[in-house]
Amino acid sequence: MTIFKKTLVAGSLLLASLGTAHADGCGIEKGTVSILANDFPALHAVVGGAEACAGGGVEFSKNHNKDHKDIMVAALTSDPSEYTTVIVANSTLVTLMNDGLVRPIDDLVEKHGGSLAKNQLITVDGKVMAVAFMANAQHLFYRSDILEAAGVEVPKTYDDVLAAAKAIKDKGLMDYPYIGTFKSGWNLGEEFVNMYMGTGADMFKAGSAELDINNDNGVKTLEMLKSLTEYMNPDYLTFDSNAVQAEWEAGNAALSNLWGSRAGAVLDDEGSTEEIVAGTAFASAPMLGDTPATTLWWDGFAIAANTSDEDAEATFIAMMNGVTTEMANANPDEAVWLIDGYTPGAKAVGVAASAQAGAKPYPMLPYIGALHTAAGAEIVEFLQGSEDAATALADMEAAYNAAAKEAGFLE
Amino acid sequence: MENTAQPRQSPLLRLFLGAFVIIWIVLAAFPFLWTLWGSFKVEADFFSKVDWSFALSGERTIEQTGSAFTGAGYYGAWVQEEFWRAAINTMIVTFFVVIISLTLGTLGGYALSRSTFRYTFWILIAALVFRAMPHITLVSGYLLPFFELNVWGILPTTIVVLVAINQPFTLWMLHSFFLNIPKDLDESAMVDGCTRFQAFRHVIIPVMWPGVITTGLFSFLLAYNDFAITTMLLSQDNQTMVPKIGSFLGTTQVQGNVMFAVAAVVSATAPLFILVLFFQRQIVSGLTAGAVKG
Amino acid sequence: MPHRAFFWFILPSALAMLLFIALPIVSVILQSVHIEHPKVMSEVETCGPFNCTTEMRVDAEATAELRQAQPLGKYIGLETYLNRNHLAFEVVKTQWQEREGFFSFIRGLYNLPFYKALAFTLTYTFVVTPLVIVLGFSIAVAVNAIPRIMRGSVIFVSLLPMIVTPLIGSLVLFWMVDANGVIGSAIQHIFNDPNLSLKASPFLTWIMLLVYGVWHSAPFAFVVFYAGLQTVPQDTLESAMIDGASRWERIRYVVLPHLAPLVTFVALIQLMDNFRVFEPVVGFNASASATSLSWIIYNDLFGQQQLFGSAAATSMLTILGVCILLMPVLVRTWRQYKVVH
Repeated sequence: MTIFKKTLVAGSLLLASLGTAHADGCGIEKGTVSILANDFPALHAVVGGAEACAGGGVEFSKNHNKDHKDIMVAALTSDPSEYTTVIVANSTLVTLMNDGLVRPIDDLVEKHGGSLAKNQLITVDGKVMAVAFMANAQHLFYRSDILEAAGVEVPKTYDDVLAAAKAIKDKGLMDYPYIGTFKSGWNLGEEFVNMYMGTGADMFKAGSAELDINNDNGVKTLEMLKSLTEYMNPDYLTFDSNAVQAEWEAGNAALSNLWGSRAGAVLDDEGSTEEIVAGTAFASAPMLGDTPATTLWWDGFAIAANTSDEDAEATFIAMMNGVTTEMANANPDEAVWLIDGYTPGAKAVGVAASAQAGAKPYPMLPYIGALHTAAGAEIVEFLQGSEDAATALADMEAAYNAAAKEAGFLE
Repeated sequence: MENTAQPRQSPLLRLFLGAFVIIWIVLAAFPFLWTLWGSFKVEADFFSKVDWSFALSGERTIEQTGSAFTGAGYYGAWVQEEFWRAAINTMIVTFFVVIISLTLGTLGGYALSRSTFRYTFWILIAALVFRAMPHITLVSGYLLPFFELNVWGILPTTIVVLVAINQPFTLWMLHSFFLNIPKDLDESAMVDGCTRFQAFRHVIIPVMWPGVITTGLFSFLLAYNDFAITTMLLSQDNQTMVPKIGSFLGTTQVQGNVMFAVAAVVSATAPLFILVLFFQRQIVSGLTAGAVKG
Repeated sequence: MPHRAFFWFILPSALAMLLFIALPIVSVILQSVHIEHPKVMSEVETCGPFNCTTEMRVDAEATAELRQAQPLGKYIGLETYLNRNHLAFEVVKTQWQEREGFFSFIRGLYNLPFYKALAFTLTYTFVVTPLVIVLGFSIAVAVNAIPRIMRGSVIFVSLLPMIVTPLIGSLVLFWMVDANGVIGSAIQHIFNDPNLSLKASPFLTWIMLLVYGVWHSAPFAFVVFYAGLQTVPQDTLESAMIDGASRWERIRYVVLPHLAPLVTFVALIQLMDNFRVFEPVVGFNASASATSLSWIIYNDLFGQQQLFGSAAATSMLTILGVCILLMPVLVRTWRQYKVVH
């Protein structure tokens, strides 16, 4: 055996022993852990923690994919499923549960989930279906320096927002003081749902999948969205969160209802000037009625149904190794963690304030996706001014009904 | 093939044609030059939401990096995000797609051009209809079977799918190209005792290259530029360049690294430049040889 | 060529197409005439990080049982094709009966998602295709006239818009036409209107997409026509010149007839590709003002509520549309085919 080969063998032995050491640390000896997740730093941190369990008899694989929601249903439908766990949110967990693709994990939580806080558990009909670890919501971003110059208070309601925007515009401080994620499609649909939540009313008739938005609340929602667009850059129907953030960092807007997960990126030292960063502050989402017009979101992990009990257990333990207090405190700016022992920083105040003011979570209704899509497409013409609110609501209802019928929610 | 009509053009006409070519070249090249220039700036200057002239002067770039040009986008894409992996995957995918497409296509195209039965026409029409199918519909149909067969996410699956999707166009191009190679060539070889395949190998293959190279270029572009299929069928480790660039653009939750994407776009376009530079003569001569005579 | 030899030559290619295109088409047809089984739902208590509520939930087990009995779903015939999100014949019929004038009828039609998409798709197809042919031909003629030594580099630059990935090409241009971008600012300057934005109005968005389409596809037509120009029979041209034909007459009576088959080829490919226009709509974030058939399919497949039946129906309508568009070309090919063989 040449020296070269000896070194190689020694090296691989060393590696193997390192791997075992890790596996010991997580308490799994064998099994398959494969994770499907969206592609952003907070989730890299979580999945990185789970990856420490790789080695020994534990087979580990991960797939961070921006389009993970497009493949997740097919990936979990195959038996055995391609992934043992998926990082889900309110909306995606519902999609998976509709097809029975995730398993109840009460036994695993009891056995290995000692460190979990009660509010991290997502329970449906008394069964734990997922473990949440971070929160997100759209809330108010404002420029304190501009508001001060215009002589207005921090807006509490959307009427305040309109008044503040008017004051800023009238004083000639900015042409388009308000900005929002109004890109037609998912973003605009989310704006509709957020605003409608602000009315405090339900979007569906109780106990059924029948839509209940073609009423005064619906009109009020649409009118407010339209009033906001008067203070927005005329390109607003193409603005997703990336565009909104870029406009904000360029100092082109003073008020926005933007994702909390963007707070860190707005305040960092890239892409903007010190003046804009220093002036940027966060508050609860403005109210429409008595409720903040926003929806609360969580991200968490769910375990696949079409996988063996052994792999499910290994996966759960690995994921628990990812969602630790240390991980959260090592990445305080990447997300608003729901993990016990994490102290939220200045960038999390907007999400926390919205939750405190009584904002509701994004509804985990099986048919919410059909409404979301219909809203994102059908209110465009109303905003562009080529149809009235009643027609837009009727169109939305018709589009929803066709989709819900096809998906089996309506007869 | 010297165009003898040339010397008789009137000066006014030549001026007009020259001006037209210049305008067209500016229109064709400007976005690329602009992107190339912008790729050495920071995001705030590239988008220049404040004032478009920042993109030229690099005001924010100077503020953030101390110089008017920065290679941060390239460093981030290639080193930090390991864009080279995607580049290698793209090389593998395009190489095999082109080779396999052309192998299947020449065999099939040759057969279609030499058979006198009516079904050849209907095969060609079926191929056209196949080509009309939107790719995304096909892809969504592949997902579940691929997961069940456990072949999702790997390069060979994507290569096979791209080859199949590319077959209709390849067949049409090569079929019309072979139509222009006189039948007498291979038929006389068969009279001399060759089998059909021997005739194909010894007589047709030596003269088919111009058409094959042109068709190959179109296969290459399809494989290189495909977005829908590579995005949906490849796992993160096996991603090719185009989906990798897509992943730099950010999601609803989190800001992307747009400058990584811009640098990667420039990097991904560079090989195409070189390719066209080397092959443009062949493309034109291949088309000239009759690959496109309808 | 005997059947047997033909079979073996075509087999690999045909197999690939059958397996990966024909088979999916069959499954798409099946999907388009089925909808999902009625979901068995019940109200249950759901608790999350923020609160507990009583919400509806799908009983996955009970629904799975229904699916086991009929895996394809519930058969509904052509209902999906005819529903409000597709052809919507019923709505169209009512609109026609209650119309207040032709214009208002058209507006009502445009309010339906399928017709909105069809309107843009057809406009795109029938504006871009001829313009691409005309522009491509003009460039080819012009390039053919410039000194030989410069041609190589000019061809190279001319091909750039075609070879760049469509999604990326449109994204780059989207960034440039922003009101604060270089092209956007230039246009504002030219029209002397500081509030002009190409992204804001539906009309300008359409124009932008059409211009992009021509820019992107003209090189394809150019390179085909340029190749064709190299094979124009020189003796015919010369004899035409001796007969005193002007340059225009030479183009009209010698060059154009020679290039006619190439025009057919370019038209065929362009009609097909333009009818499936998709990437520009996404790249330009244009879905508010301009949607296309392919975009609706994408929206159905990858929206928050996946609608496979809807996507399948629209896909079949797209194929049907392409077949109708290509009919004249196909008839011509058939005649030509009969001559060749």
